[in-house]
Amino acid sequence: MQASAVEIQKVNKYYGPFHALKDVDLSIPPGRVTCLIGPSGSGKSTLLRCMNFLEEYDSGEIRIDGKLIGYDAPGRRMAGRALREMRRSIGMVFQQFNLWPHMTARENVAEGLIRVRGLPKADASARAAEALAKVGLADKMENHPARLSGGQQQRVAIARAIAMEPRLMLFDEPTSALDPELVGEVLSVMKTLASEGMTMVVVTHEMGFAAHVADRVAFMERGELVAADTPDRILHQPQDPRIQSFLRTYHERNSF
Amino acid sequence: MDILHQYGPALLRGFGYTVLCWALGTVFAMALGLLIALLRHYGPRWLGWIIQVYIEVIRGTPFLVQLFVLYYGGPLIGLRLDALPAGLLGLTIYGSPYFAEIFRAGFRAVPLGQLEAARAIGMAEPAIVRRILLPLSMVSALPALINFSIILTKETVILSIITVPELMYEVSRMSAETFRFVEANLVLALFFWGLVEAISRLGRRFESRVTKHLIERT
Ligand SMILES: Nc1ncnc2c1ncn2[C@@H]1O[C@H](COP(=O)(O)OP(=O)(O)OP(=O)(O)O)[C@@H](O)[C@H]1O
Ligand SMILES: [Mg+2]
Repeated sequence: MQASAVEIQKVNKYYGPFHALKDVDLSIPPGRVTCLIGPSGSGKSTLLRCMNFLEEYDSGEIRIDGKLIGYDAPGRRMAGRALREMRRSIGMVFQQFNLWPHMTARENVAEGLIRVRGLPKADASARAAEALAKVGLADKMENHPARLSGGQQQRVAIARAIAMEPRLMLFDEPTSALDPELVGEVLSVMKTLASEGMTMVVVTHEMGFAAHVADRVAFMERGELVAADTPDRILHQPQDPRIQSFLRTYHERNSF
Repeated sequence: MDILHQYGPALLRGFGYTVLCWALGTVFAMALGLLIALLRHYGPRWLGWIIQVYIEVIRGTPFLVQLFVLYYGGPLIGLRLDALPAGLLGLTIYGSPYFAEIFRAGFRAVPLGQLEAARAIGMAEPAIVRRILLPLSMVSALPALINFSIILTKETVILSIITVPELMYEVSRMSAETFRFVEANLVLALFFWGLVEAISRLGRRFESRVTKHLIERT
């Protein structure tokens, strides 16, 4: 078996007295899609954000391609420069898109290439155009975010991440802020990315996406990682009563 | 008419000094205010406390008093400045805490997610400040920055008491020599009105350019 793209071991995270992540263990296989599911407040975003150290974890280890992120050694913080170096190869897509409103779609994508990768402006701009074409936005490149639909904004955000040529992509509920009719266009971009062998970790409430696109599904509850397995075994033959009850609620809410 | 003929050049020169003091003082005060806001945002806690005290002290005392202390008290500690540099330094110090607070409020209004997006792709903090934090904080800060710059135009008249030859100084001289108080002060008012009008027009134009894409249209 290949080494994990992300190896999470005994990770704990506290918000003050609140224990948000409890001894979480999880391996993310390379070139695969892993979906993180679970009830609201279970710690999915927290865990995802620990993977690029936007959120600090208090104990345990998170290794990206074998390299510990956030710390040089347990308990000793990594230098800012080294952390930035690691983040360059980890793309992140947020629920709220978080595009920079004062820049056009193309400038949003080019920004990281210029400031982080050090590309000349013209090269960065050309690559930005390629990335935007890839997510189907060749004709919207010069629009500012305020002049794009939610689905288009999220696709720009994906282009911004993939233009950096990451080895790992993190998605935090990428379609939750979208009108239902716009969800499809974003999911289809993500499917394409998955089919190209990108390593993806996706926090989602889209069980359909988890069932059809994910190679693995991990279920969290109350800060614990309850189970991680094939979509079939988590979504169709769940053993753990906590997963069963979560899915029951989900089906009830989504049937009419 | 004779009077205008006689005092016109001095008044114009005075107005020139007023504009100069205002422009430089505003730029310096804004720069110092920005520096203070950044130090407070990124610096250690103890520095924040020192800055807080500085802000309270400067905001809690009249500009006139600060200027006296600087100009007449300065030499006692070896700080001997000519009137003009002293006036500019005074304006810089006086304006800095107000600008610092405006920038601070502007920083806080920037959505955290847009900064996180920059951190997530590995941007360094100075680049984030320049490219994301500052431009986005302008949405909320710019009107206040322009407003306080306008307030500062009128604070320049206080420089006359340490003999900076700006408009107020010339107007006082004219009225003392001619006893034409009404005319002299009318001139003063007209000049200031013109200056403020020009600044606010420029400010509005600048504001609409900077925030063009930032304000959500629905
Ligand atoms: N900055 C914070 N300070 C304090 N508590 C926090 C903070 N961020 C998250 N929490 C708490 O940690 C828990 C996990 O939050 P998290 O956002 O990871 O949940 P989630 O599984 O992503 O939920 P959702 O599906 O609603 O997005 C929640 O109970 C939340 O209240
Ligand atoms: Mg979440």
